[in-house]
Amino acid sequence: MASVNVPDGLRYTKDHEWAKNEAGKVRVGVTAFAVEQLGDITLVELPKVGTKVEAGKTFGTVESVKTLSDLYAPLSGTVVAVNDDLASHPEYVNDGAYDKGWMVVIEASDASQLDALLDPEAYKKHLAESDH
Amino acid sequence: MSTLKHASPGLQFDEQSIFERGAPGRNAASLPKLDVPAVDVAGRLGGLARKASAALPEVAEPEVVRHFTRLSQWNYSIDTNFYPLGSCTMKHNPRVNEWAARLPGFGSAHPYAPARGIQGALELMARLRTILAEICGMDDVSLQPAAGAQGELTGLMMIRAHFAKLGRSPRKVIIPETAHGTNPASCAVNGLSAVPLPRSAGGVVEIGEVAKVLEEHAGDIAAIMITNPNTLGLFERNLPEIAKLVHEKGGLVYGDGANLNALMGRARPGDLGIDVMQFNLHKTFTTPHGGGGPGSGPVAFKSFLTPYQPTPVVVKRAGANGEAHYELDDDRPDTVGRVRSFVGNFGMMVRAYAYLREMGPDGLKQATDLAVLNANYLAAIVKEFLPIAFDETCMHEAIFSDKDVKKATGVQTLDLAKRMIDYGFHPPTVYFPLVVSGAMMMEPTETESKQTIDWFANALRAIVEEAKLDPETVKKAPHHTRIGRLDEARAARKPVLRWSPNHEG
Repeated sequence: MASVNVPDGLRYTKDHEWAKNEAGKVRVGVTAFAVEQLGDITLVELPKVGTKVEAGKTFGTVESVKTLSDLYAPLSGTVVAVNDDLASHPEYVNDGAYDKGWMVVIEASDASQLDALLDPEAYKKHLAESDH
Repeated sequence: MSTLKHASPGLQFDEQSIFERGAPGRNAASLPKLDVPAVDVAGRLGGLARKASAALPEVAEPEVVRHFTRLSQWNYSIDTNFYPLGSCTMKHNPRVNEWAARLPGFGSAHPYAPARGIQGALELMARLRTILAEICGMDDVSLQPAAGAQGELTGLMMIRAHFAKLGRSPRKVIIPETAHGTNPASCAVNGLSAVPLPRSAGGVVEIGEVAKVLEEHAGDIAAIMITNPNTLGLFERNLPEIAKLVHEKGGLVYGDGANLNALMGRARPGDLGIDVMQFNLHKTFTTPHGGGGPGSGPVAFKSFLTPYQPTPVVVKRAGANGEAHYELDDDRPDTVGRVRSFVGNFGMMVRAYAYLREMGPDGLKQATDLAVLNANYLAAIVKEFLPIAFDETCMHEAIFSDKDVKKATGVQTLDLAKRMIDYGFHPPTVYFPLVVSGAMMMEPTETESKQTIDWFANALRAIVEEAKLDPETVKKAPHHTRIGRLDEARAARKPVLRWSPNHEG
């Protein structure tokens, strides 16, 4: 899976979400690998600003022509921003998983949670081991 | 495209909508002269009267007949070719079923007819219940649910009613990832929440996994919903132990009977520990399926759930003259109520009954054996060129992955499926179950011949070869259809759900 884009500077979950530290707040989306597995994305359902999310629990869903998948929060905290563009442009996730396809920004209840997530090397290793 | 002897050029879909046919003023009706006083419609209806025309099609009878006949010719059905959709059990619908369903006493029975006028129909229902209960090792059956998923819904309603009677209200249902896709939805509609059980390495539910979840949600587990064989085509060999454990912890066992075609006559869900289950008459018992419906999803249950079954229930009673007769009994205080109008999809009950009587016990066993044999035969061929998800004896269906061909050529499951259409075959079920990456799920059923299975497997082999030599052709398939590859993403993102005169088709 060497061809799949796993940018440096981000943290990852085994469920294929990425998390980016932005001065204490954490931007979250799904990885290029997740997008490749999902195919064309047709609907993204996200929580409202102010929603409390819990690490490892679902915070939304993403639907593609192939399947419907849950989105799992990489860390606990409160949603402080939501990418509203995805409601009318779900294809942004296909076009830019790491930029315009971002999903939510979470204010972490404890910023050290990020350290517990996979670093790029560990995530690449996870992808290789999953043998997809 | 290679020249396979038994492949035909693809499916053909191209027919204007009926609204685009005909001409103003043309019609297919010939009404008699008005011989009653004319009515002032607008005066009677006031503001409700239609001001503009309803824009109904204005077509002559030949145009109507040709339109719908063309559509029917361009359709793909079990009556035209092999339908390998895994998990769907698309088997032949015997014509004797249709004969039986059209007998005037069945076909012309009025839904509001009093019980004394439809004794034969009620007797058929009573007999069908007895046969279905015997096949699955349960105590009784309600024929009312109109489809498999409604059967699940009804079964879970009965489970809830059972717990309510005991003064309990457990809210969680364990659902293995290898269970049928509708199960979590049936839970949600019942106000229950699904606790997913991840797929084990061996593909079947392991008792330790269930024990862990039971512990974690102690006291709050209403049931486990288990599909046997599961959606990987594997027999849930630990089911009796799992059922015992769930029962010990106060839960019930729901069995999804969608895959009963692999067990019928050979193993009985009731003996394996299941308390309540649904049948899909349109799968296992040869009533029409997939557009030809409607479906029928009877629920079978153990006797402790009898009070909760939907009403009305067909009962046999001795009359004043001592002669037994059938009645519809509504007086069941603990019932979950009615889940379908009248008695359910009665025409499907007649067809299933005809099938069961035509086959008899030995015939049903033979059908099951052939369904499993056919699936294993197909799997043995296909695994020569596509990786099989679980390389062991399968039940009624087998699952393959696109991972090798995708790695080597970039061609994936969707492309292979579309290319099957060019070879004149309906594609298998794709991307389900979710636990197999790029899944292709194939179920030949007992009604396909060895030749048909060979032709299908040969076409699939040819496509996998083609993917290596000319991947672009496969990626752009289908080519031999009126319309090429559809933009499924755009259709889902910006659906146009209804024709309108202003829409440029």
